[in-house]
Amino acid sequence: MKKVLVEANINGETVEFLCEARQSLLETLRDVLNLTGSKEGCLTGDCGACSVMVDGRVVCSCLMLGAEAAGKNITTVEGLATGNQLHPLQQKFLENAALQCGICTPGFLVAAKALIDKNPNPSEEEVRYALAGNLCRCTGYDKIVRAVIEAAKAVKSGAAESRAGAR
Amino acid sequence: MHARPGGLVTLHELNYAAPNSVAEAVQILRQHGENARPLAGGTDIIIQMRAGVRHPTHLVDVKKIPELRELSFDAKSGLKLGAAAACVEVYENRDVKRHYPGLAEAAHLIGSLQIQNRAAVGGNLCNGSPAADTTPALIVLGARARIAGPNGEREVAVEDFCVSPGRTVLQPGELLVQILIPAPAPNSSDAYLRLIPRNEMDIAVVGAGVALTLDGDKVKAARVALAAVAPRPLFVAKAGEALAGKKLDDASIAAAARAAMDASTPIDDMRGTAEYRKHVVGVLTRRAIKIAAQRARNAGKA
Repeated sequence: MKKVLVEANINGETVEFLCEARQSLLETLRDVLNLTGSKEGCLTGDCGACSVMVDGRVVCSCLMLGAEAAGKNITTVEGLATGNQLHPLQQKFLENAALQCGICTPGFLVAAKALIDKNPNPSEEEVRYALAGNLCRCTGYDKIVRAVIEAAKAVKSGAAESRAGAR
Repeated sequence: MHARPGGLVTLHELNYAAPNSVAEAVQILRQHGENARPLAGGTDIIIQMRAGVRHPTHLVDVKKIPELRELSFDAKSGLKLGAAAACVEVYENRDVKRHYPGLAEAAHLIGSLQIQNRAAVGGNLCNGSPAADTTPALIVLGARARIAGPNGEREVAVEDFCVSPGRTVLQPGELLVQILIPAPAPNSSDAYLRLIPRNEMDIAVVGAGVALTLDGDKVKAARVALAAVAPRPLFVAKAGEALAGKKLDDASIAAAARAAMDASTPIDDMRGTAEYRKHVVGVLTRRAIKIAAQRARNAGKA
């Protein structure tokens, strides 16, 4: 069994790990690194439950090899909160009941973060398009969309507050 | 495929290499022949490996090879599109958006953002699906595939690249290096339209790509290509000929659409009947011609 030595930046930390060449990034995150937040849904790139960010872009970790993470900056759902403080996306998902079973939620959070990082003021249509690669069987999507729009506003006003505080 | 406790599956035993040059990559591909496959975005090959459709023992990650990551435009020589350049890089590229908007929109239709952020346009071509979205967009631009192999380099017109579903002209040991797209002539532009059953995340029922060059209110040159209505991406020479030298009006557009419909050989499947697909070929061809023409007029003014 051949292993690959990989160094990557995961949620802001430099990490060095060994994975088998055949292990996907999803398997590597879950089984090698114990980052079980990313979920296995379809293994065909259709459901988005395995979504992570690689160098700022949302991708399906089930369609990448662990070996391909070398030198990349990876953000998983575990990287959203700061200590015990939830990211506004997580907070707004809770407030809006944007989850039921929760299996799709990590993927949605990551995809939503990738969206609002680039587009701080997305329209509803832009949110729905950006999340088209994520499937939810429980909520019917409406509350998820509302949560993302509210979170985008919270991030914007939070940023404004920080700037005001810094003066 | 191997099952793990809990029923999770993992891939078969694999060797992974990430060479830094075309020569190195060709050497590995030649050494292992049918058992080696290049890895660009992975969004087709990894799914196929899990499904047991393809089973390479060696994956050659080509994303460290500079020529395959290149995306450079020159007003005289056109666009060099590295085989491993991701869809997102292509449609965010300023020169592609300006000079080849049809190619940009084709790359932006594939799958989801997750897929577009990894999938390579070169991989879309090499996967050899008759329904590939970027292939007709490349064909109508007169794109050529630059291939490297054990016997040196060769070029193949993209319309000749795909042979049958899943099969291309690539021989064991060969690697697609770049796709070369000619510089746009003045008053030229392109468009790509696709019909799918859902809003996103689906495979084309019909895809239609058009590129044309205007000369006043006449068409100087035109090319039409179709996705998902033949065993391979289909270049319809007769559709372009129906427009070339003619005034662009309802009659010439209808003639081009008719030629496209006649050339298509769609099948019945779960996404639509052959009859429906033929009808949609006509609809999308007409619309794509009009969009490309409007863009060509605007390009002329810019």
